[in-house]
Amino acid sequence: MRQPPLDTAPPVSDEIRHTTCYMCACRCGINVHMKGGKVAYIEGNRDHPVNKGVLCAKGSAGIMQHNAPSRLRAPLKRVGPRGSGEFEEISWDEALDIAQSWLEPIRHDNPEKLAFFTGRDQSQSFTSFWAQNFGMPNYAAHGGFCSVNMAAAGIYTMGGAFWEFGQPDWDHTKLFLLFGVAEDHDSNPIKMGIGKLKARGARVIGVNPIRTGYNAVADDWVGITPGTDGLFILSLIHELLRAGKIDLNYLARFTNAPVLVDADTGMLLRDDAGKELVIDRRTGAPAPFDEPGVQPDLAGTLDGHRSVFQLIADRYLSPDYAPDAVAETCGIPANRIRAIAAEIARVAFDEAFEIAQPWTDFRGERHAKMTGRPVSFHAMRGISAHANGFQTCRALHLLQILLGTVEVPGGFRFKPPYPKPVTAHPTPHCAAQPDSPLDGPHLGFPRGPQDLALKPDGSPARIDKAFTWENPLSAHGLMHMVISNAHAGDPYRIDTLFLYMANMAWNSSMNTGGVMQMLTDTDDNGDYVIPRIIYSDAYSSEMVAYADLILPDTTYLERHDCISLLDRPICEPGAAADAIRWPVAAPDRDVRGFQTVLVQLANRLKLPGFTGADGQPLYTDYADYMTRHERKPGIGPLMGWRGDGTDTGRGAPNHDQIDRYIENGGFCVAHIPDEALYYKPWNAAYQDWAVGMGLYDAPQPYLFQLYVEPMRAFQRAAEGHGDRQPPAHLRDRVHAAMDPLPAWHPAPSDPAYPIHALTQRPMAMYHSWGSQNAWLRQIHGENPLYLPTAIWDGHGFAPGDWARVTSPHGAITVPVAHHAGLNPHTIWTWNAIGKRGGAWALAEDAPEATRGFLLNHLIHELLPPRGDGLRWSNSDPVTGQAAWFDLKVRIEKLPARTSTLPDTGRQNSPVPVAPDALAWKVGP
Amino acid sequence: MTALPATTTRQLGLVIDLDTCVGCQACVIACKGWNTENYGAPLSDQDPYGTPSGTFLNRVHSYEVQPETGSAQLVHFPKSCLHCEDAPCVTVCPTGASYKRVEDGIVLVNETDCMGCGLCAWACPYGARELDLAAGVMKKCTLCVDRIYNDNLPEEDREPACVRTCPAGARHFGDFADPDSHVSRLTKERDGMDLMPEQGTKPVNKYLPPRPRDQIDVLAPLLNPVAEEPTGFLRWLDKALERL
Repeated sequence: MRQPPLDTAPPVSDEIRHTTCYMCACRCGINVHMKGGKVAYIEGNRDHPVNKGVLCAKGSAGIMQHNAPSRLRAPLKRVGPRGSGEFEEISWDEALDIAQSWLEPIRHDNPEKLAFFTGRDQSQSFTSFWAQNFGMPNYAAHGGFCSVNMAAAGIYTMGGAFWEFGQPDWDHTKLFLLFGVAEDHDSNPIKMGIGKLKARGARVIGVNPIRTGYNAVADDWVGITPGTDGLFILSLIHELLRAGKIDLNYLARFTNAPVLVDADTGMLLRDDAGKELVIDRRTGAPAPFDEPGVQPDLAGTLDGHRSVFQLIADRYLSPDYAPDAVAETCGIPANRIRAIAAEIARVAFDEAFEIAQPWTDFRGERHAKMTGRPVSFHAMRGISAHANGFQTCRALHLLQILLGTVEVPGGFRFKPPYPKPVTAHPTPHCAAQPDSPLDGPHLGFPRGPQDLALKPDGSPARIDKAFTWENPLSAHGLMHMVISNAHAGDPYRIDTLFLYMANMAWNSSMNTGGVMQMLTDTDDNGDYVIPRIIYSDAYSSEMVAYADLILPDTTYLERHDCISLLDRPICEPGAAADAIRWPVAAPDRDVRGFQTVLVQLANRLKLPGFTGADGQPLYTDYADYMTRHERKPGIGPLMGWRGDGTDTGRGAPNHDQIDRYIENGGFCVAHIPDEALYYKPWNAAYQDWAVGMGLYDAPQPYLFQLYVEPMRAFQRAAEGHGDRQPPAHLRDRVHAAMDPLPAWHPAPSDPAYPIHALTQRPMAMYHSWGSQNAWLRQIHGENPLYLPTAIWDGHGFAPGDWARVTSPHGAITVPVAHHAGLNPHTIWTWNAIGKRGGAWALAEDAPEATRGFLLNHLIHELLPPRGDGLRWSNSDPVTGQAAWFDLKVRIEKLPARTSTLPDTGRQNSPVPVAPDALAWKVGP
Repeated sequence: MTALPATTTRQLGLVIDLDTCVGCQACVIACKGWNTENYGAPLSDQDPYGTPSGTFLNRVHSYEVQPETGSAQLVHFPKSCLHCEDAPCVTVCPTGASYKRVEDGIVLVNETDCMGCGLCAWACPYGARELDLAAGVMKKCTLCVDRIYNDNLPEEDREPACVRTCPAGARHFGDFADPDSHVSRLTKERDGMDLMPEQGTKPVNKYLPPRPRDQIDVLAPLLNPVAEEPTGFLRWLDKALERL
């Protein structure tokens, strides 16, 4: 038989350019294959620390994002009413003139009239630096509606968080418990990690109301009732304490469990130097926790003052946390809770192992080996986007720490620059003065009421009311409250709202219909209530239609970026790492990278920090800033190839630095020495390495904070102590919320709305971006509402049916589908698939706009009235995190329709009509 | 009718691990990207920004399984050409465009000779072939025949795009004719299965079945309490601390 000739070795590309993906927040290394100057194919970079060669669907579809018809083409000035999408294209000179003419008077007269908030911003250390130098108090990124509970609970408890700030020790862990993970963060590392566990037969337990994705491959699925994770975790703690299955040695040495609590004040006992006191088992006398040779006594007492550990035992041994007491609330049989606790204990203690690696702790004690406890945990938005999310995240960290499985082999490990205790973070700053920079960083970690962002009259200093008595530890701000507060003029009116990459007129706001109304609402003079809106985005999103001035951003393959250690880096537990993006393709439109536009605006406004002593601009563009900016001497945005090109971490700016990154594949890695790989918060070798790298300036060992003293400080204020006390109507709430030990509170419930409603992020989509991608939208072009068998059968649903879903706030009418692998009281849909007609360059009949929908219409930023005359925000009372997942609804069956409700109308598209066919081959 | 080779020297194919596949669709898009730019006509998309319909050589389906007792389970099931030994898509081809390579068993379509009649797609019991509506030719998985022998690629990259990209490591490529190959050993160790063996196609690709789920309730034993209340616990604690 004759086979046709076949070239099995065709040329692959002219050139490979290595840069960093931006198809989600994972930030993998990519090889961009170029042919004739065009992007031909994108694959993962095998050398890159994050993805080691693999790449997800989003990353591989980058070519369709880079060439999407929805890309904005030039700066836009609104000519029709807000929301209409009627614009005219203008020059950059005119666009920057307009922006300057709005911003300059604000800075001169009253900086609080500007609110600058960024969304999927991967340059927060830069945007925050710009904002601090502008001097308005109103800046944050999107963490407040994303996952500040996880970040704040982690940092207050153990100086680091889940998300991508740490990860399980994938090579050693033998039991992995995964709670409510968003599949768009650390997404490839988690998939790679699960693959490793599966390959060696380690057990994976998924705790999630929905069995998809990671939970589908989990060996055991715990279909928990939403919002009850904290109670389930405290029941596991109850079981482990009761059986004595806790790591006493670890607790005594590395946590504040042995620290004495003042029986009168609830604050920690300290010596004259401010060091926390423990009872030394050798002497029975009090001693500072870090004294060389001290043997902290978990059972220590002193004149009626007891150790933190005794308070923990008192609380969690209570029968309130027994499996039988929590089973019904959590939707988990009591015996399964017991079985999971037993399995955790078995693996943690019976399968403990040792690594023959000596190390020295912060008390100077030399240890011959490292003990591994191969149980690891990971969690993300699922447990944090509840009004009890902060305390639930705290509970999970308490469980990890009681087991002694943080920063040990087989457990959960931090990635540099973490671990980093609260004391090493800034406090919030809010003192704004005309023509002046702010008095310090906007965001931080309050140590007590003295750090709240309040004006002298006690009113909120920030438009989002972050760091107030309503949410004292709002470390990421409250972006979801900005538009409603600005519209209400509460706490004050603003002049200009400046947003970057945040689709606040659509999927990034609660109460989407209401927000669209607020953005278009006019006062008695016919002027918009929010007078001016500047927005930067690369694509024709819903938010574009609601802005007055559009600054078009580039795609991720056309821009400079730095994925910086000053920001949210890409480190591994065993290495510091950072990376760049660079223009691997030239824009074919009149667009500019937003960060460069901010440099240009700073230069026009002559902002301090961007202006030299001679009055001349310090930086020409963002690449120049990346190379030459120094946050402090020797420390810049990028750690690699500093000084003469041989320095890592600390060193003078090097003008060749970006070229060196490009030569190295777009990233830099600095490995942690073997002796420093575990026990980082207490490991002298790690502390010294971190100082050498510039992560901090002096060793800063610390104890894990099972008992969070700053929270007790807020409780004290609520009890009537101190200069700053909460207003009367918030005292009880502050006191209940700021419990210094993890607690669990049920979300308020109304029997008329018995069903939990959730969203999930598909692995193949990132927020609203994926729907403009011709390849990805063929995977997730629709988002039916998935119903569990009990509701499907109970209401007599059949394939093709639709439903009306009603919350206390509103109703939507949507298509439904059956999903058996669900908590029986929970319904769900994919997040951000639904689109407004006319947005994202989609055709009129696009399923995203006709059959797609958002749950956001059902979620209000305020809770329903309770009859107390107040409207409480739908947020965690500790951090202000948006409580998206507290949504409760009822459901009715409806006959099929052709389009979803509510109808949000259409916006005109500022970009050309998309092609009706694709056959995307750039090579010959 | 087109003839199949009596035997092939090698039997290249995939092992797909259904215990590990998280359904992320990475393989689907990596395949789409490579094969749009490479072998034969690009994989086209009709109405890509309206109601889209495009050509894919690899798709991931998801199936829910409801056991008699216990929770429903979800299986992610990637599906592409299985490069069958007795490939009915080849024997049915009226022009000889479909063929199975004698050297490695890969089933290919010679697009020059394909008239887009679609008989092969009808003959394939797996639905693994798709007619490209723009090019009018039949498209199917080539096992990245233009990668696996391509000395323009680093040696470690000479594997199918779907395997190279799979984040969970659920896809494996190799030679089933070699009993010691990675894919042969995995198939043996994990009871790799043929898809629809009753069709008599003798597929080369194998699927590793999901491991049993939801077994934690039968693990033993449960924990024994050291104390039932705080006072007893502190007594235990004192003794335990003495032993440290």
